[in-house]
Amino acid sequence: MADDLFHIAGKAFSSRLFLGTAGYPNQQVFLDSLTASGAEVVTVSIRRVDMAGGAEGLLDLLQGRAWLLPNTAGCATVKDAVLTAQLAREALDTSWIKLELIGDRETLYPDVEQLVTAAAQLVDDGFTVLPYCTDDPIVCRRLADVGCAAVMPLGAPIGTGLGILNPYNIETICARSTVPVILDAGIGTASDAALAMELGCDAVLLNTAVSKSTDPVRMAGAMGHAVAGGRLARLAGRIPKRLRAEASSPELGLIGG
Amino acid sequence: MTHFPFVSAARPRVAIIGAGCIGLSIAWRLAAAGGTVDIYDQGSSGRGATHAAAGMLAAAVETEPGEQPLLPLTLDSQRRWPAFAAELEAYTGLPVDLRTEGTLQVALTRDDVEVLRAGYEFQRGLGLNVAWLTGAQVKEREPWLNPRAAAGVLGADDGQVDNRKLAVALKAAALKAGARLHEDRAVEALSVTGGRADGVVVGGEVRHADVVVLAAGAWSRQLAGLPDGAVPPVRPVKGQMLSLRMDAAQPLLHHVVWPPKCYLVPRLDGRLIVGATTEEKGWDDRLTAGGVLALLEAAWRALPGVEELPIEEMWVGFRPGSRDDAPILGPVPGVDGLIMATGHHRNGILLTPGTADLLAHHILTGQLDPLLAPFGIDRFQERKTNGMRL
Repeated sequence: MADDLFHIAGKAFSSRLFLGTAGYPNQQVFLDSLTASGAEVVTVSIRRVDMAGGAEGLLDLLQGRAWLLPNTAGCATVKDAVLTAQLAREALDTSWIKLELIGDRETLYPDVEQLVTAAAQLVDDGFTVLPYCTDDPIVCRRLADVGCAAVMPLGAPIGTGLGILNPYNIETICARSTVPVILDAGIGTASDAALAMELGCDAVLLNTAVSKSTDPVRMAGAMGHAVAGGRLARLAGRIPKRLRAEASSPELGLIGG
Repeated sequence: MTHFPFVSAARPRVAIIGAGCIGLSIAWRLAAAGGTVDIYDQGSSGRGATHAAAGMLAAAVETEPGEQPLLPLTLDSQRRWPAFAAELEAYTGLPVDLRTEGTLQVALTRDDVEVLRAGYEFQRGLGLNVAWLTGAQVKEREPWLNPRAAAGVLGADDGQVDNRKLAVALKAAALKAGARLHEDRAVEALSVTGGRADGVVVGGEVRHADVVVLAAGAWSRQLAGLPDGAVPPVRPVKGQMLSLRMDAAQPLLHHVVWPPKCYLVPRLDGRLIVGATTEEKGWDDRLTAGGVLALLEAAWRALPGVEELPIEEMWVGFRPGSRDDAPILGPVPGVDGLIMATGHHRNGILLTPGTADLLAHHILTGQLDPLLAPFGIDRFQERKTNGMRL
């Protein structure tokens, strides 16, 4: 929908799907998936791409094709994350950063204390910060308060495909947030992405659900439709849930009744 | 796909750029058929990806979603391996240590089992020879594995060859057949005259050839003089690996074993190859603590006995990764006389017999085997228009 633009830090996007770049069978499948999804924003891990931008590397192939959102995947300390963000800014000529600060390798949960500290430092340094965070309304508020451009609460742990484990929290975050909410991590299939949008998220970021699907390109298309469908449903407004049936056609005044 | 006209089809003069397993095996086939063959390498023969590889011949268990188009070629080459190895060993008297015990994928946790089962069902759906094993059956086959081994998948047709011995044997075979090998002789440029590749520039001079084969692995796109549309979309994909020393009489493993996050390849001589990271780092050839840690941790989780083994060697190699990970093979539309034999990514050793036989046949007869048809360089041109532009 051209008239339903979505803004982060003044930049407008028409697709509300963000796509990760890791774990695809090969780069051509990724490029085809990107096309099929309609996504305009892709995240790239600073530590896992050829930052020199060598020919046929991911950055080379993405040139002019998508808005790059570098991320700090693999960082475990504030220092590490801040340095990685600065490296990304120099190499990619963007001040946008998806801030990831992982607390431990088993759960891959964000380390919230370090996340808020690093976010504040990066905002002060002029970055547009999009932090990957827990699905906690208070944490999301703290991150918005220190100046983050959006918040990215998790639906479920990274790579699990378990969907949105706490829809109540996500809905609460969306209802209270002063910045855009982008659901990040945990999406398993298209209905999960649609649910995120119905709950009020502004966008969805996903990766594994597409890259590890048996048919990534088809799943990428499904995700594009799901996000758009969920957004339309959110705007349209769902009907109240009832406990008893009510026929959709009138039952009174039927001819011959 | 265009057919190219032959200058002297019976005894072609062929210049091959790159003396890895692909270049050497093509040279062997062509020289044995009477061709005049010169192979050029910027370094020593067989010291690129051929040296770094693990030598796995895993057409079945290595197949993952999205790579179905590659399957006819990998299965064909896998079927060629036993006879190819036997012929090479008989011709040169040198061993290549082909092993056919099979490849065993192993799951350690419940989550691993789910992932393994999804892969197994996908591979079975393609008609591949894979069999589901219980944890007990896995440990019966490989008793040194972590007792937690919860399930496994056996690819009975998936074996291994010692790629370093293969390189030595292929070099000997090519030389014995009459090919001339020029080591430490970088090709400076491709010579193209009137739309036709007519030789290579070495030491500032054109050395004329009827056919030029580009088999320079990850270095292939650096060749100067390639016309537009003939630059193969190949990049270096870094891999860190290491080898441990087992007691050859009491090896810890017999199959090639794929636990989560690494693979373990036991050689007949007692080496245990542990591989490999997959990194997009350009030409960075450094070993890193994180890379080695990841490999050793994964190996140790699956096979606790590695703790006692001495580390023999650690190294970095560059897979020649094409944009779709499939090789780029055969003639180049618009540049007669140029033959691509590159972009084999992680399948170079597996695809050596098929690449050599099918491309040598093409060069000698002009016939393009239907197996090669999907792998021309022109496939990347067709897909260019597919892209979304912002």
